[in-house]
Order: sequence, then C-alpha cells, then structure tokens
Amino acid sequence: MLIKKPGDIKPSEITDQQVYLERRRFMGVASRSLAALAAGMTAPALLAGSADAEAAAKLSGIRKSALSTGEKPTSYKDVTSYNNFYEFGTDKFSPAQQAGSLITRPWTVSVEGEIKRPKVYDIDELFKLSPLEERIYRLRCVEGWSMVIPWVGFPLNELIKRAEPTGNAKYVEFTTLHDPRQMPGQRSGVLDWPYVEALRLDEAMHPLTLMAVGLYGEELPKQNGAPIRLVVPWKYGFKSAKSIVRIRFVSNPPTSAWMKAGPGEYGFFANVNPTVDHPRWSQAKERRIGEIFKRDTLMFNGYGDQVAQLYSGIDLKKYF
Amino acid sequence: MARFPLLKALIFPVCLIPLARLGWYGYTDQLGANPIEFVTRSTGTWTLIFLLVTLCVTPLRKISGWQALIKLRRMLGLFAFFYASLHFATYIWLDQFFDLQSIYKDVFKRPFITIGFIGFMMLIPLALTSTNAMIKRLGGKRWRRLHQLVYFIAICAVVHYWWLVKKDITQPAIYAGALAVLLGYRLMAMLPKSGALLSKI
Repeated sequence: MLIKKPGDIKPSEITDQQVYLERRRFMGVASRSLAALAAGMTAPALLAGSADAEAAAKLSGIRKSALSTGEKPTSYKDVTSYNNFYEFGTDKFSPAQQAGSLITRPWTVSVEGEIKRPKVYDIDELFKLSPLEERIYRLRCVEGWSMVIPWVGFPLNELIKRAEPTGNAKYVEFTTLHDPRQMPGQRSGVLDWPYVEALRLDEAMHPLTLMAVGLYGEELPKQNGAPIRLVVPWKYGFKSAKSIVRIRFVSNPPTSAWMKAGPGEYGFFANVNPTVDHPRWSQAKERRIGEIFKRDTLMFNGYGDQVAQLYSGIDLKKYF
Repeated sequence: MARFPLLKALIFPVCLIPLARLGWYGYTDQLGANPIEFVTRSTGTWTLIFLLVTLCVTPLRKISGWQALIKLRRMLGLFAFFYASLHFATYIWLDQFFDLQSIYKDVFKRPFITIGFIGFMMLIPLALTSTNAMIKRLGGKRWRRLHQLVYFIAICAVVHYWWLVKKDITQPAIYAGALAVLLGYRLMAMLPKSGALLSKI
C-alpha cells in the first residue's frame, strides 16, 4: 500500500490560495468583531471565547477520492459560520460564536454493542485508523439549503470492519457528547439530549458514509462537529451526528432525537427526496449557499446511482 | 408643520432604520451565508414588530392620556404594510423567482404560507383606506369596523411565524405573549365595568 508522506502533497492541492487568503482575512475580521461583541457579552461567553479564534490544525497526508464531486465547494467562511448545531443554540450563527467552550482533547469514542471487539478509541487513534481522504460532498439540509463541503475523514466501514459486528447487529447508533457545561444549548429543552442518530448497518457500511475529522484540509472547526462526526451525503444533514462519543451496534431501530421531536416530520431514513415534502414546506428545491436562485433538489441528493439499491422495494413516501 | 407634526417627523426616520440596516448589511457583506433568508426573516420580523407597535398606540394613549400619540397610528400601520410588502416581494421575487406554480402550491399547501398570505391580503384594504378622504367616504363607524381586521392580521402574523419555526419556538412565543397582552387589553376594555376602570388608569 502506498502511503503518501506529508511532503508529497502541496498545500495548493488542498486549498487554493484565494480561499486560504480569504479565510485568513475572515478570521481577522471575525476575531476583531467578536472582540467588540464580547464587550457586550456575559462573562461565561467572554471566557469561552470564540471558536474561530483558535488556529485550526492542518491535517497531513490527505488522499483525494474518486467519490468527490467536481462542484465548486462552498466558501470556508460560509461552511464555518452558517451551522445547525443545536447544542450551541438554534440560530445559524450561534455555533460559530458559542462552540469555543467545547473541549475536543482528550476525547474518546466508545464503540460497543453487538460486536466482537468493543473498544474505547482515543481520538488520536481514530485519526490514524485509516488513511485520511478528502471527500467533496454535497450537503442538503432539511430546511431547504445546501452546500458543497470538502470533508476530510475515513469511511465508517473501516471502523465497522475492525469492530466485527455479530449477526444481531442491524443498526448503528451514534451519540453526541452530552455536557451542558461545554454545550450551553443543552440547557434548553429544545431537543431530548443527548443527540442520537442512527443508520441501518448496510447504510453505515456504504462506501460513501464517512467519519469526518476535518474540512478544507484542517481539523474540524468546533461548530462543524469536532473532533469527529458522521457525514451521510444522501440524507438530510441532521442525520450526520456531530461530536460523537459513542457508536453502538444494536438489533432494533433506534429512535433519533429528531424522530422524538417531530415524528410526523422527521423519519428514520431522512433520505433527500424532492418528491416527499416536509409537512410544512416543499423539498423540491434548495438554495445552494452562495447562489441567489434556487436549484432543483436531486433524488438522494444526487447519489442515487450509488445508494438507490439500498432502498429497493421500500415505499419512500411512507418511510421518509 | 401642522400637517406633519414634530413627533411624526422624529419617528418617521426611526421607522426606516430596519431598512437602512439591511441596506448597510448588504453593502458591507454582512447578510451572512444565506442573505435571502436573512432579508426574508428581517422584513418579516419588522412587519410583526410594527403591527404590535401600532396596536400599542391606543392603550398607551388611554393609559398616558397623551392624545397626540394617535397621530402616529396611521404612519406606524403603514410602516407595517411597507415591511410586509418588502417581505412579500422578497418571497415572490428572490425566494421563488416568480415561479407561479410553486407559489400557488405554497399558498394552498403550506399552512404557514397560507396564513401569512391571508394576513398580507387583509393588510391591503387597510392601507388603501388609510387616507383622510377614504375615512370620510366610508364613514367613521364602517371605517373603524374594517380596521378592526388588524387584530386578526396580527394573529395571522404570529401564527405564520410560529408554524414556520422548526423547533425552537422561543421567539414566536414572545410575540404571541405581547399580542395576547394587547388584545387582552381590548377585551377588557370591551367589558363595560373594566372598560371604565381601564380608561381611568
């Protein structure tokens, strides 16, 4: 197996100069404006500081992947400042402001349940579990907007193979950290904490399903679900649990946080589907962040060729 | 000066601040990653605020005894219509880009859009009949009855917001609470005894 050394990859391959400079400019502006904002902030917010202020660590040895889209990635600024991460507030801008209080080292992920090799992984072990790949994926939010994000991570199936699921393992459940001191949004009852999401085992094994540890060639910013998160590009964004501490293999379908919050609105599969509307709004179109006018939403978010066979014979209107 | 008293002259530019702010944010690239959503939300929020502020005029006038406040009511109501029009135009133009089929479906299939649409449609006759000439033509009594529609419009606006929110209903609940107080005041005033009581406060 050819393992590329860090030196083999020029920084320009990972992030183009324009984006890089724009990012530096943004971070400067962000930290200055946040400093100004902080004057009017409460003490805890002041102490927590801003998630943007910390320099993100560059990841090395990232391979390119044939599974990446050729579409133009959404700007680093938009990817890291327009987030749904209710653990840090329900406004899109809240996670970027609030996530500084999240402590991502030390961090462990417990892999457990119906497997032969349960194990508590240290986060640094997971960074080295399998060669890191850049996967440029479309992300479609259930709210009707989308982005293109250059994730960095490894296929979830690499982890699953090492866990050796037993015959009873039918579903994989992902749990986000539950600590209201680090995640102030958890002090509100907006969702039933901790955040839980789940996939069927075959969905979890699918080569597109990614455990992401970075984006734009750097470690994940906290507002994007550091230090490790799930990315399932053919499903609505909320399926891709962030800041994961437990991966559990189970025999019965778990109930996710959003299924509990709105059983009529959020189903287990949550596959991107322009023909099945959210009860309160249409899913036929989406606004790509950075674009003005809406574009048509694609079945399975455009990944139908790879994933449609997972759902053959299933009534997707009923099992949304 | 009598036709445009000082109070109005002072409040008028204040009412334009939300629009100026949007313009400034647009100019300095501060509308965020989803500018159309930002503009839609902002104009919607300010419509709701102006509706509630307009509904504050009568109780404030009665409580304070400051009769001049009534001169602001029409202007504030028209600002509510102004921001509602911007909100509606943002939806039709920037959000849907005049896709009539999709708008048609939205209005009839999405309860939150249906109710917002109804609210906006009802605002139009109120704006059209806001001139002195129209008040004269309709006659005070009929005019007042027509303009009582604003209570229903404000309820539509709050419900429109409530149904739109994905999960966190804190904000719409605050507006609903404020509206409940303002409508509650009027209900109380309708009761003969408490009406006399309230007007004495």
